[in-house]
Amino acid sequence: MFFRLEPRGEQSRSMAYLSPVLAGLLTLITGAIFFAVEGQDPLFALKTLLYTPISDVYGLSELCVKAAPIMLCAIGLAVVYRANVWNIGAEGQLLMGGLFASAVAVNVIESDGFWVLPAVLIAGMMGGGLWAFLAAWLKTRFHANEILTTIMLNYIALNFLIYSVHGPLKDPDGYNFPESAMFGDSALLPTLVDGTRVHAGILFAMLAVVVIWVLLSRSFLGFQIKVLGLDASAARLAGFKDKKLIWIAMLISGALAGLAGASEVSGPIGQLVPQISPGYGYAAIIVAFLGRLHPVGILLASMLMALIYMGGEMAQIELGMPLAITGLFQGMLLFYLLACDVLITYRIKLKTKKPTLVRG
Amino acid sequence: MDIDLITNILYAMVRTGTPLLIVALGEMVCEKSGVLNLGQEGMMLMGAVAGFITTLLTGSLLFGFIVAMMAGMIMSQLFAMIALGLNANQVATGLALTIFGTGLSAFIGASYVGKPIEGLNAIAIPVLSDIPVIGKMLFAQDLIVYLSFVLFIAIWWFFRSSRPGLVVKAVGENPHAANAIGLPVMRTRYLAVAFGGAMAGLAGGYLSLAYTPLWAENMSAGRGWIALALVVFASWRAERVLLGAYLFGLASILHLVAQGLGFAVSPNIMAMLPYAATIVVLVMLSRNQGRSKMFAPISLGKPFHPAG
Repeated sequence: MFFRLEPRGEQSRSMAYLSPVLAGLLTLITGAIFFAVEGQDPLFALKTLLYTPISDVYGLSELCVKAAPIMLCAIGLAVVYRANVWNIGAEGQLLMGGLFASAVAVNVIESDGFWVLPAVLIAGMMGGGLWAFLAAWLKTRFHANEILTTIMLNYIALNFLIYSVHGPLKDPDGYNFPESAMFGDSALLPTLVDGTRVHAGILFAMLAVVVIWVLLSRSFLGFQIKVLGLDASAARLAGFKDKKLIWIAMLISGALAGLAGASEVSGPIGQLVPQISPGYGYAAIIVAFLGRLHPVGILLASMLMALIYMGGEMAQIELGMPLAITGLFQGMLLFYLLACDVLITYRIKLKTKKPTLVRG
Repeated sequence: MDIDLITNILYAMVRTGTPLLIVALGEMVCEKSGVLNLGQEGMMLMGAVAGFITTLLTGSLLFGFIVAMMAGMIMSQLFAMIALGLNANQVATGLALTIFGTGLSAFIGASYVGKPIEGLNAIAIPVLSDIPVIGKMLFAQDLIVYLSFVLFIAIWWFFRSSRPGLVVKAVGENPHAANAIGLPVMRTRYLAVAFGGAMAGLAGGYLSLAYTPLWAENMSAGRGWIALALVVFASWRAERVLLGAYLFGLASILHLVAQGLGFAVSPNIMAMLPYAATIVVLVMLSRNQGRSKMFAPISLGKPFHPAG
């Protein structure tokens, strides 16, 4: 190698904020080259991917629709990642949230009480919370690695969801399609702006961002979580109950992902279907890193990630490229981010010739 | 349960366990050198798609498998560049590799979904494959399964009796001491990661060229992650990886067993089994905190800064 890494001694704060920007730029440049290789006009392709989707009011409204579940999952992940607990299971927690919410919603289609919607949403949060708590408990009680358990729980949740729409939750009048019945009006989230699909989910997401911000920066609980993440033995020495903290952090994270799932089924979808998430829970991991585990960063990064989802759809329509371009750009962004993050702790120095001993 | 059913279950168990065995052996070598690469799933998918497209275009299965291994290896070096070259967090980098590999493979393979190819055929070894019960399982498989037997023996021997195996172990246990006595720590780690990548690619290729012969998005369905759990389960020992891979193979085909015995269970419920089994195994093994720590390579997942 023609360069070497020199430790900075202390972490660079400005680099921590610059790194996501740098990673974004590198992704853009690589993307442009990639489009050129694919035989597209790179500038037009990038415009289609990143600008055309939000060039009108409807586009902006759709951005909010897509950003809401990502933001909810990612802000929850910020809490657990601060505690140094690697929850990779937001996707499964989101699916379980959608499933629990639907299980309630399809049983109260006829009722029009004001309590229906809260019950549906709370069921969703319980579903997600339960799924996350399971992994937390396995970690604190049996020391089972949470990365692997949460990943496995994702696959189990997906299979459970598919089983449910083929079995117990299948619409009896649905011509045998693997879907639940359409929810009753009282179980649907209100639309915020007429003529768009923007629903109250984006308000939940914004609220969650503010609450988590306060929790992390102003509360003793948040302080304990951060100490636990930075130095587990220091936290124990200070008398913090580490197991309980892990439980609480995972419960918060899972409940928020569950709320995201519940908001999807009772928002834009309106019923339980097998595909309630195009990988929002995984995208949220990228968002959490990209947003530096900070609420404001996560707000912005969620918007960007939602835009990449929309851009993928736009590229499919306008350029005839596969929808999978979304995952490609997401992966690239995360890779560049990790590479750029090296600059937080190291300086890059060009390698010069090693000094040689001068013999007298 | 008649003999035929048992014979066929054992046959399917080995066949289903083979991709797990290959990817887990590769990851084991990688982890023995002290590097934790969580990108197995991404590398498998890249191997699967690259191998499939190559075979579809050239008609050669051999080329397909070679390109699958190369694809896995290239992906692993992407990981190595960031996690080893730039000292980034190995967990996050591996995760990124999986996300990136999943996206890239889906993109590359988008126009190849559902296209048919002639998959790898089984070669029954005369006489031996006629042995009752175990004959079909061991001697009526395809070439990659036979290769996986050889691979297993080679890796078992590598860590048991060879000098390079000792070097890999030394680098994984104590990179500073290894460095001090002049062992090439970084080079060993790069090579171990590359080997793991090639094996993940081969396992992916096995899925798309032999096991199902077709390409579908996300077709590895978590096998890369199960393999990571398998290595822990096996406490980093080849013979236990073999046992574990086949046990998980059995868990994945239990729906066939259930059908054979006349039970009607939802296929989606049965599909949860290998994942649930992974969790159960992890819990059983990790229950005693000291135990898994005792067997894990001591420097696993920790970056190594060469002096200076």
